[in-house]
Amino acid sequence: MTRLSPSEIWTGIAGAVAVAAAATLPLFDQGYYLSLALNMVMYAALCTAWTLFSGPTHYVSLATAAFFGLGTYAVGLGLDYVPFGALVLIGGVVAAILAGLVGAATLRISGVYFVIFTFGLAELVRQIVSYTQIKLSTKMGLYVFTDFTEKHIYWMLLALTAVIFLTGWLINRSRLGFAMQIIGNDETVARHSGIDTAKLKIILFMISGAFIGMAGAILAPRYAYIEPPAAFNPMISFLVVIMALLGGTRRLWGPLVGVIPFSLVMEFVSARLPNDTSIVIGIAFLVIVYVLPDGITGRLEQLWARLKKTRAEPQPVPVEERA
Amino acid sequence: METIVTGVLLGGTYALIAIGLTLQYGVARIMNLANGETFVAACFIAFWLFTSYAINPLWGILVIAPVAFLVNWAIYALLLRPLVDRAKSQGMLEVDSILATFGLLFLFQGLMLRGFGGAYTSYTFLAERFDIFGTFYGLNRVVAFGAACVIAVLLYLFLYRTRYGTAVRAVAVNPNSAKLVGIDVAKAAALSFALGGALTACGGTLLSTFYTFNASMGVIFTMKALIIVIMGGVGDVRGAVIAALILGIAETAVARLVDPGLTLAATYALFVFVLLFRPQGIFGRQQA
Repeated sequence: MTRLSPSEIWTGIAGAVAVAAAATLPLFDQGYYLSLALNMVMYAALCTAWTLFSGPTHYVSLATAAFFGLGTYAVGLGLDYVPFGALVLIGGVVAAILAGLVGAATLRISGVYFVIFTFGLAELVRQIVSYTQIKLSTKMGLYVFTDFTEKHIYWMLLALTAVIFLTGWLINRSRLGFAMQIIGNDETVARHSGIDTAKLKIILFMISGAFIGMAGAILAPRYAYIEPPAAFNPMISFLVVIMALLGGTRRLWGPLVGVIPFSLVMEFVSARLPNDTSIVIGIAFLVIVYVLPDGITGRLEQLWARLKKTRAEPQPVPVEERA
Repeated sequence: METIVTGVLLGGTYALIAIGLTLQYGVARIMNLANGETFVAACFIAFWLFTSYAINPLWGILVIAPVAFLVNWAIYALLLRPLVDRAKSQGMLEVDSILATFGLLFLFQGLMLRGFGGAYTSYTFLAERFDIFGTFYGLNRVVAFGAACVIAVLLYLFLYRTRYGTAVRAVAVNPNSAKLVGIDVAKAAALSFALGGALTACGGTLLSTFYTFNASMGVIFTMKALIIVIMGGVGDVRGAVIAALILGIAETAVARLVDPGLTLAATYALFVFVLLFRPQGIFGRQQA
């Protein structure tokens, strides 16, 4: 481990202050704004966890809903027998196992197979869960009764988001992160320098999946009643992809920049134009591909670089001295 | 036996959408995830032509296929060509095209929900009994299968007996070498993308004669077509046909014998099997 640079220390302090500030929100409002902020923290956690894997590898994972739903179901099934905290961990472990299986089947071959496989994964898990549920019991859904209110869920998710950020930062400093950077730049080069690309990708996908599963578990009490179509809602996967890519996946905090505005957009859409959600999502994808291919943060960095260049350019041409 | 015949009849329509997708991905190198939307749009247009103007869906194909050809040509030229031009590598193009076609998927799905509503739709066409090996099947299914065979044979003749078809196959094998022997790769790619869309629309028209459809089911068909394409080997038309029949039979068998709610699980089981043991497809050669 190398020592912390001053900028890293300042980023850490700024991050801690931001989390602390966000944690005070329930003291001011427990209604609409808390609920809105809860949505944002949820997507912040999901998008950052998604970016842990999909940022460096450029593999578009649509498995989010599957991991999320498994976490939710872990809580729904075990709440009567196991304490909640342990269930969150179990949700993470179950999701990580699924991620490992999916990764083992698809990450050894080209990236397209991975996208296609995760595309239907949530639906597949939903069919299997519904099928076993019908076979083993007569009811379709599960009740989740806890003493948690929205503010508790909000705090837990905020803590989870902080942990995800910390993990992401640690990964970037580690050999794993360094190897992922090489894989992202050129996989052939990575393989030739002796990196076991498939294994590392699978490990990273499992870490990412575990956090998504934990987020799903934490959110289970919010739904109170869980049934397969709601828990494995494929829309979550697509929204996570949009928000993360909109913000930009080159920096760990990039997705946050996309989460905040797009949560507001979705809030507006679901209130005013509930029937046109797909149209809005479709347009969002097209905007990302054609207007913001590197996300908002990528575009800002580009502008920043250009600004620096124009400011730096006039200086090295001192005309008087030359004459 | 009954299961196999029903499966094969269903597989005939699957084959068309899968061939459409395999042309788009194998030749134009665009993973078109909005392909299912072309398919569903064709279902609705066939329905509209049949109920409003009493146009037989089999004649309707003659209208729907050219329209789908032009629309897909326009999509390729206006939206996807710029992505091909800006991509620095195959991997970048794949990510870009996947995201762009996701956009189209949702956009078209939203527009169709607006236009036709979310309800399940169907119409009655040739709902008579037809006798195969002593068991009765819907005549509409048999006719749809026959039409699918005719279309597949026409495509085969185009690909293997004409100069254009040979050019298309050459691009599928290797775009860079195709350029060296004087093939206009950009044109061949656009042609195959449009042709793929037209074939998919044919599949949709035929399916609508015996199947209940709604505006949001395109994704499921895209999914099935993708799995068929991978099973058959990317860009391989014959492989796609065989894989479509296998998938049709497997799905029918699981729906009949186990549970209709598990058809996707059956598809996925096949998919995992293929990925683990033959990722290059049924007829694909092992890559060096």
